[in-house]
Amino acid sequence: MSAISGHEDTVGLQRKRGLSRRNQDRLTIVLFLLPAFIFIFTFQIYPMIRSVYYSLYEWSGFGPLTDYVGLANFERLFTGREFWDAVWHTALIMIWSLALQLPLALLLALLVERDLPGRGFFRSIFFMPYVLSEVIIGQVWIKMFKPDPQFGFINAVLEWFGNLPVIPQIETQAWLADPKQALACAFVALTWQFFGLHMLLYIAGLQNVPRELEEAARIDGANELQTIWNITLPLLGNAIRTSVYLSLLGSVQVFGVIWVMARGGPIGATETMSTYMYRSAFLKFSLGYGSAVAVVILVISLILSTVYQRVVGQHDYIGGI
Amino acid sequence: MQKAKTLIWVVVLMFCVSLASCTQGAEVPATEEPAAEEASGEPVTIEWWHISTAEDHKALWQEMADEFMADNPNVTINITVLENEAFKTKLTTVMQSGEPPDIFQSWGGGVMNEYAEAGLLQDITPALDADGGAWRETFSPGPLSVYAYQGKNYGVPWDMGMVGFWYNKQLFADAGIDAPPQTWAELLEDVQALKDSGVIPIALGEGDKWPGHYYWTYLATRIGGQDAFNAASSCSGSFTDEPFVEAGVKLQELIDLEPFQDGYLGATYGDEATLVGDGKAAMELMGQWAPAVEKDNSASGEGLGDNLGFFLFPAVEGGSGELTDAMGGGNGFGIGRDAPPEAIEFVKFLTSKENQIALAEINVGLPVVKGSEEGVSDPNLLMVQEARDKAVYFQLYYDQYLAPATGEVIKDAVQGLFASTLTPEDVAQQLQDSHVAESCQ
Repeated sequence: MSAISGHEDTVGLQRKRGLSRRNQDRLTIVLFLLPAFIFIFTFQIYPMIRSVYYSLYEWSGFGPLTDYVGLANFERLFTGREFWDAVWHTALIMIWSLALQLPLALLLALLVERDLPGRGFFRSIFFMPYVLSEVIIGQVWIKMFKPDPQFGFINAVLEWFGNLPVIPQIETQAWLADPKQALACAFVALTWQFFGLHMLLYIAGLQNVPRELEEAARIDGANELQTIWNITLPLLGNAIRTSVYLSLLGSVQVFGVIWVMARGGPIGATETMSTYMYRSAFLKFSLGYGSAVAVVILVISLILSTVYQRVVGQHDYIGGI
Repeated sequence: MQKAKTLIWVVVLMFCVSLASCTQGAEVPATEEPAAEEASGEPVTIEWWHISTAEDHKALWQEMADEFMADNPNVTINITVLENEAFKTKLTTVMQSGEPPDIFQSWGGGVMNEYAEAGLLQDITPALDADGGAWRETFSPGPLSVYAYQGKNYGVPWDMGMVGFWYNKQLFADAGIDAPPQTWAELLEDVQALKDSGVIPIALGEGDKWPGHYYWTYLATRIGGQDAFNAASSCSGSFTDEPFVEAGVKLQELIDLEPFQDGYLGATYGDEATLVGDGKAAMELMGQWAPAVEKDNSASGEGLGDNLGFFLFPAVEGGSGELTDAMGGGNGFGIGRDAPPEAIEFVKFLTSKENQIALAEINVGLPVVKGSEEGVSDPNLLMVQEARDKAVYFQLYYDQYLAPATGEVIKDAVQGLFASTLTPEDVAQQLQDSHVAESCQ
């Protein structure tokens, strides 16, 4: 690269091409950024633009685009009930993630950061689900939730406890087959998949919390809970903001595990925005309408992301990791 | 700080590993026979996707492919075996990218028409009509027409049967039932009797949706007959007409008896076949492939054997449909747009009389080529074959016959009926709305 070569060369180049030093630096930056930009443009930006274009057509996905319908796809989407159900289910997953999944991850992070026996082992075990593919996670949890106690682990356990006289009986449940429970079951699998990631973020954050502060608090007579509440948590702010951000955006896009486990069913009980997009585009052969759903998901993600960055401050979430 | 950095590296590394594990092993062709040295013609590769996952059947297809490759050393046949639901998803994706496989599983009807209209399939009518229609003559005309759209054939059948009740004779006898039901009312009585005897009367994989929509479709066929369906589908009548509402009412009578296994709303067709094959459920409403899948899914690997019986979908009192009317369909080979001539030769070979007989002999399908009936020996399949051939009005499954979007709507709506969130009127209305939007312009 010319940037590495000596000062005289640079000057020569400058005169020859009339580039100022600043412009030359810019050129270098552009050159370095180009590969990443080409990649992102081809596989992210370009498809997004195409989606917007498709969303204006009534199109099955096969053959040429001929049937221009303007904003009719969006009108159908916003006036129909199905999409709003999907939005509601996505919102539920988002709320549950923030209210249950993140506190659980934080709790476990605090535990495995203590000097407890086997903490290294548990740290790895807790992180493992995140490394597994979504299909494997979905399949594992299908087997856990099978209604027939002969095949379903959870119901087998419930049945076994049911045979004991002492413990209050919990009846075996239909789980994924029950429209009232299906979304919660899928959320359990999602939690299992993601709590390890958030735990890891918190552990990384905890390593930046100076031990001296905690020790000082203890010397001043604070008990364990007070130390965590007043010292550790405030100092973990960056990590928490990062994990909330990832969790929010992750919830909007959640697809794989739910699709494998329930395909949006039964009767649409686990339909999220992404499964609805997929069903419309690829099962109902309405790629135009499906693209409209994709565009709406994109807009929602953008709004969420910008608002969140504005509210909590950009430097915070970048500094989090 | 150092520790935090290490952790980040660990995350990045694990992420890469998981990515790699996703991209690998996505598509492993089942066969990669090296083309022989003394290749006569240009080397040709044929991509063949099928969904015959049952062991016997998979092995038979493979044998046929091997035989064809041995006779035609320049041809390589790559077989991809996919599970039913996965196949539908994957096929849609490659179709949208405009690269259909050369030969693939097809049920004909609305989905095939959609592909044909987009120019993704090859018109094989010339091949059928060559030599004075030599190839065409080998097929029974009914099944062949399922793979035709606007007078052109885009595929050929290899199996055609119909849906009916497959039942466990022993469990029926144990419940004190001496003959299979002839009417809907009798069926409901028998369901109650089976329930009282402590077995699951009916297995159903309603999580997959299509098994449940058979009930509704068959009831509509029995109640309204050919006239009602023709009127509604041609848009001169409506799916909100009385027979289609009545179908929902009758189905609700069955659902109210709670005849299905626990959690059937989330169960798959595989779960359904397992329950019948293991003798835990007394019957299922399914097509001609049911015995093979039950056998394959059963714990013993044997299925019910002689204990398995077949009876026609019962008549509905006061319905205008005939007991001989049949609802069902079959399997065929669709031909992709860019399939080489060798692919058509191979399909000809697959649907030869000898190979159709071989197929029938392992009880995985009902052959459609004239003269191959002799291969069918199983008494139940003989019954299905006879009923199929007797049918004057043969109704292809709604989810395949109607436009793809409407096919999805009818399956979703009937699932709503099973879950008691929709009324019979709702089901009829949703079907009609979608049908009007998709097909009545």
